[in-house]
Amino acid sequence: MSDLTTAPPVERAPAEEPQDRGLRATLAGMADRVRGGDLGVWPVVAGLVVIWTVMQILNPVFLSSANLVNLAMECVPVGVIALGVVFMLLVGQIDLSVGSVSGLSAAITAVLFVDHGMPAVVALVAAAAAGCLIGWFYAQVFNRLGVPSFVITLAGLLGFLGLQLWILGPKGSINLPFDSWLVTFAQLDFVPPWLAYALVAAGAGALYWTGHARAAARRRAGLPATTEQTLVLRSAVLLAGLAVAVWYLSRDRGVGWMFVLFLGLVLATHYVLSRTKYGKSVYAVGGNVEAARRAGINVKAVYTSAFVVCTTLAAVGGILAAARLAASNQSSGGGDVNLNAIAAAVIGGTSLFGGRGNAFAALLGIVVIQSISSGLTLLNLDSSYRFMVTGAVLLLAVALDSVARRSRRTHGRA
Amino acid sequence: MSPTPTPTAPAPAAAEDGALLSLRGISKSFGAVAALTGVDLDVAAGEVVALVGDNGAGKSTLVKVLSGVHPPDAGTITFESREVAVPSPAAAQQLGIATVFQDLALCENLNVIENLFLGRELRALRLDEVAMEVRSRELLRQLSAKIPSVEAPVAALSGGQRQTVAIARSLLGDPKVIILDEPTAALGVAQTAEVLNLIERLRERGLGVIMISHNMADVKAVADRVAVLRLGRNNGVFDAEATSAEELVAAITGATDNVVSRRSRRARPSGGGPDPEDGAGADAEPAADEQVPTTAMTKGDGDE
Repeated sequence: MSDLTTAPPVERAPAEEPQDRGLRATLAGMADRVRGGDLGVWPVVAGLVVIWTVMQILNPVFLSSANLVNLAMECVPVGVIALGVVFMLLVGQIDLSVGSVSGLSAAITAVLFVDHGMPAVVALVAAAAAGCLIGWFYAQVFNRLGVPSFVITLAGLLGFLGLQLWILGPKGSINLPFDSWLVTFAQLDFVPPWLAYALVAAGAGALYWTGHARAAARRRAGLPATTEQTLVLRSAVLLAGLAVAVWYLSRDRGVGWMFVLFLGLVLATHYVLSRTKYGKSVYAVGGNVEAARRAGINVKAVYTSAFVVCTTLAAVGGILAAARLAASNQSSGGGDVNLNAIAAAVIGGTSLFGGRGNAFAALLGIVVIQSISSGLTLLNLDSSYRFMVTGAVLLLAVALDSVARRSRRTHGRA
Repeated sequence: MSPTPTPTAPAPAAAEDGALLSLRGISKSFGAVAALTGVDLDVAAGEVVALVGDNGAGKSTLVKVLSGVHPPDAGTITFESREVAVPSPAAAQQLGIATVFQDLALCENLNVIENLFLGRELRALRLDEVAMEVRSRELLRQLSAKIPSVEAPVAALSGGQRQTVAIARSLLGDPKVIILDEPTAALGVAQTAEVLNLIERLRERGLGVIMISHNMADVKAVADRVAVLRLGRNNGVFDAEATSAEELVAAITGATDNVVSRRSRRARPSGGGPDPEDGAGADAEPAADEQVPTTAMTKGDGDE
């Protein structure tokens, strides 16, 4: 062993040339990541293509503008809930009570708005605040007593379902007035086509501009940067894709404002998770709690924030669901809402093992789930089939996650 | 068996005047168990001090005292000629004492840059990714670290590379003293060489390095001085150049005639190597050595 002293010095790191990453390098890197088990969004995109193809063959109405407009609107309530679930899964915890919390928030909204005649805004804020408070309560139990999140939220699942029934009272169902802006927003408000195209152009422009600024800053610092060609191509693809989507949806009613709200939430969440110190701490806590603690991250605060974000988004999702249905009843947030929200996050590519996933998982996952649901409904198949198919897809997604995880291990990317 | 230190080589006096960090009479008890009793230790800038000792000798406790995990019961810590207290890990970092623990505490799902800057990212609300990447590359280049890519997740790195990342991370706080807990445990030959090179580079940068190790070859390869702890007390400070591995083992176990030395005599009947006759405690009762678990030359992580 002593000859280690005379061992030749380890050769210097191969100086990484500040070489720009062209299109080919970008694609090669992508393929390399997939082979290494870092699948990203590819499985879910592939799954979506398969589902849409099969559904379209079975029923030609499926890909019609009218159905897709409806599909987009149906995605939003559970999609917003799934966005919160992504936070919980990222820190390596789970919330099983999102369905009950959304139902409770729907009940609070309806009772305050309809029965007590309060302004809609007050009812909304109260419902969202209730969700926020529930998350804070969960976090206190979790941080102070060390009860697993699984058990806390299982208790919450039952407890808040009970509270929802109690608040609704013996009537059991409250209709929201159709002429309220809440219901209008969820059912009838669509973006005018010119504005939709403008938003698309703005989005593609923003993608190009941020990418360009970033590449320029990296080049100034002598770091490899994405080439102009790739940036332009990326933005052009986005522009074309979204423009076609808007055009197709505009043949019917168009893009709902509620869907725009959902997209906005997804983009905001994406920014917070990927570009802020807080976002990094969320991933760190999910990856290795001890490392996060030693790096000086306030681990308890990160857990608290995840619980609060999750239950608050669940409450917002509950309000949107009630508005969409124009009613709040005993089955609001019941049935498959809970599992659909969690399944959407997982199907979209958020790992159940923590520390892996992103905001777009909620969007992609809920589109998959709603596509299955919508397609089977069009085939006049009742919910028994829907449950079975959704269950199978969820199992497939989790199995894929586990296999990919094993592949990451063997490729040293765990 | 008395723990009387009988250093075979005089400890270099340089540490006395130029000491960056000096411990005097550090004691620490956990209930009835005295983990450390009156321990002294000095580190100068640009010096590598190896801290060796058997399992339960108090190495880890001493490191925890220095890194602010356990405050000492008695004794003084002098840092840059000022007497200081180290009540918490944050206080240790503030002073400029960085510790790299054996479990490196890296997030495998994050890449090298994210791990280096974890908890001290630049610009909290709009991360300055360019500046962090530039700083990361610069730091790793200074350490001549062999990292495939700063954008690689830590999961993709070898044990030696992870150790490098962990050490680089501790350097971001601009410490003056860096404590490495078993930096070469569980590493292969090439990776060990990589880490030893890195330790030499830390010394060149003028840092005081305290390195805990069970591996006498590694200790002799990079350390300037070797401080031996035995049963929670000092058992001599040796010049790494002038002292043989056998003498160090003798100081660690408290006896010359022990399992390790008998093995090496059997392997080399001609008696090559330094004469163990003038070592410490040559007349120790033979039964004692069997009770002392001998860990020198092994690479386990059995320490506490």
